[in-house]
Amino acid sequence: MKRIICLTVMNRPGVLNRITNLFSKRNFNIESISVGLSEHEGMSRITCVVHVEDSGASEQITKQLNKQIDVIKVTDITDQSIVARELALIKVQAVPYTRNEIYSLIEPFRASVIDVSKDSMTIQITGESDKVEAFIELIKPYGIKELARTGTTAFPRGTQRTSQQSKSYSIV
Amino acid sequence: MLQEAALTETKTETYPVTGADLLLRALEKENVEVIFGYPGGAVLPLYDKLYHSKILHVLPRHEQGGIHAAEGYARISGKPGVVIATSGPGATNIVTGLADAMMDSLPLIVFTGQVATGVIGSDAFQEADILGITTPITKYNYQVRSIEDIPRIVKEAFYIASTGRPGPVLIDIPKDIAAGVSDQPEKETEVNLPGYQPTLKPNYLQIRKLTEAVSRSKKPVILAGAGVLHGRASKELKEYAEQQQIPVIHTLLGLGGFPASHPLFIGMAGMHGCYAANMGLTECDLLINIGARFDDRLTGNLQHFAPHATVAHIDIDPAEIGKNVPTSIPIVADAKEALEQLILQDGKPPAHKEWMETILRWQEEYPYYYDKESVQLKPQKVMEMLHSKTEGNAIVVTDVGQHQMWAAQYYRFNKADRWVTSGGLGTMGFGFPASIGAQLADPEACVLAICGDGGFQMSTQELAIIQELNLPVKIIIFNNMALGMVRQWQEIFYESRFSHSKIPVQPSFVKLAEAYGIKGYVIQSEAEAEEVLDEVLHNGEPVLIDFRVDPDENVYPMIAPGKGLHEMAGVKP
Repeated sequence: MKRIICLTVMNRPGVLNRITNLFSKRNFNIESISVGLSEHEGMSRITCVVHVEDSGASEQITKQLNKQIDVIKVTDITDQSIVARELALIKVQAVPYTRNEIYSLIEPFRASVIDVSKDSMTIQITGESDKVEAFIELIKPYGIKELARTGTTAFPRGTQRTSQQSKSYSIV
Repeated sequence: MLQEAALTETKTETYPVTGADLLLRALEKENVEVIFGYPGGAVLPLYDKLYHSKILHVLPRHEQGGIHAAEGYARISGKPGVVIATSGPGATNIVTGLADAMMDSLPLIVFTGQVATGVIGSDAFQEADILGITTPITKYNYQVRSIEDIPRIVKEAFYIASTGRPGPVLIDIPKDIAAGVSDQPEKETEVNLPGYQPTLKPNYLQIRKLTEAVSRSKKPVILAGAGVLHGRASKELKEYAEQQQIPVIHTLLGLGGFPASHPLFIGMAGMHGCYAANMGLTECDLLINIGARFDDRLTGNLQHFAPHATVAHIDIDPAEIGKNVPTSIPIVADAKEALEQLILQDGKPPAHKEWMETILRWQEEYPYYYDKESVQLKPQKVMEMLHSKTEGNAIVVTDVGQHQMWAAQYYRFNKADRWVTSGGLGTMGFGFPASIGAQLADPEACVLAICGDGGFQMSTQELAIIQELNLPVKIIIFNNMALGMVRQWQEIFYESRFSHSKIPVQPSFVKLAEAYGIKGYVIQSEAEAEEVLDEVLHNGEPVLIDFRVDPDENVYPMIAPGKGLHEMAGVKP
């Protein structure tokens, strides 16, 4: 099962190394990890997406992360209502007669073109992983020359719905 | 104004200072008595300052010996063991000790030298990325990047190493930082680690829940681990067990936390534990784990572990609770605080008479055994003799292997903090140097370093220290001309193909000891053992005794890998 874990950590040298080291030492499989500054000075926020076998393993991850001296807070936000985004940059082959076709795909996904050259264009897309995935599938036949994804970054919504059973949706 | 005046005054007195000065001052503030260190290029500024220091510096002949000695010191004194190694090879030589201390939760402060900040990362002479190497095997590690940080870092390091679940902390100091000069006045430092707040007090509701479970239980047991020793909670454990009449089982590392002579003591559990303890764990309906981490050498196959039990787990490290065994009553707390709370509940002791009778029957019917008629010298017999001749009061330090298990089985510990062994990592070469640290921590104690002929040869060079400091360590070698435990496994699981486990060519251990100015004996029979042990155990001098024990003797009972605790082999002769 996929879990999304949010961490607040001290900005100390080697902190990301500590976290990733812990994952590999304990044999946890990371799908993505994204890091950046947070609203507090001296603290960063890390979002990890991990695959685990069962709830016991996900509890173990949370506890092991919490044990780290530099980790201030750990929350498994998978079952909460969250806002989650990923950014992908896709350089796709585009000759003059396919360009318009590609533009017509970009539009409904609210992606944007950020660079164009003679035989290619670079598209930027943000959204939940599924949406990015769907777009990449769609654009694949045109020939992807380069692809870079950031991995998910996320935190809980400002208001939590009372029922947390269903999958959380985000309106684009 | 006043404050300012005071500041300038201290400044004229003690500033400017070097990084090494600050470091030594910080160590003195922590009341460090002894340092196990090995000098080298990158730590020369520090060693220059140690020249006049009052702190005792012990020079091992290999850094690994030094860090194991620090572990023995930490285990017995309860204070962090302090180690210094130089950069590169010095630093990598202490890696095994760090991993060992991490597994067995021993507090250590390890200083490593590092090449100067300007050349870090350039593969300079004697450079190793010790932070990268030790991140998974330390509780925390630091690299000092400015002189002014030294007092804060040292203070934090001692705090981290010795609180919560203890563990090793490494501080890497580049040479230019140690040699560098600061004219900044030393700041008063407070430990401020928002991400590190160990929970010491138990949750009241969980304590209630456990008390209720105890009152309902018909077949309860306490499994007491090293957490009881780290938390200095053996008095409370005894009081609680007596109050509730709950029998106590020990893990290998926990031995001594509960007196072996007590009627409620069942014995040690695990791979080479006793039948009664392992059956106690299998049959119990309530298992109260205090400070043990359900290691696989203890639990055997988890599918068959405590199948009928409600599991309660008291541990200072929340990550240990539920890691291996599902737990229905989790209590995150220091062992002492949790036991004090449990005692205060004062629930009526339920009648466990039948349960106690069952346990007693197991103990009587299936005790540890060995062939007492054998003409060959039996290692178990030697252990029994050592126990009776020291009246169970010695500090027993072991290496890893068969002799370790015989020591655990036959030296019946009645006091806490008399047992030092490498349990988690199972480090050969640990025992002898660790005994040196143990002796330094308790100079009056009779310290027995129980070693195999294999493990002893991994750290023989430390004979130099006991001679130099005239430490009265008694080195007991169980010499079976083999790596005994490996040989035993090959006999049982590999149809007696003893691939490279026999050591046909041994040095004369006696002559080796004599080379260092230490008296040595070879013993082949019980009668010789009687005589020599009477002569040397209390003479206040170091000694090495090479016991030529039965080379075919195995450790039983035993749980084969993959088997449950109830599937013990070799329970009866």
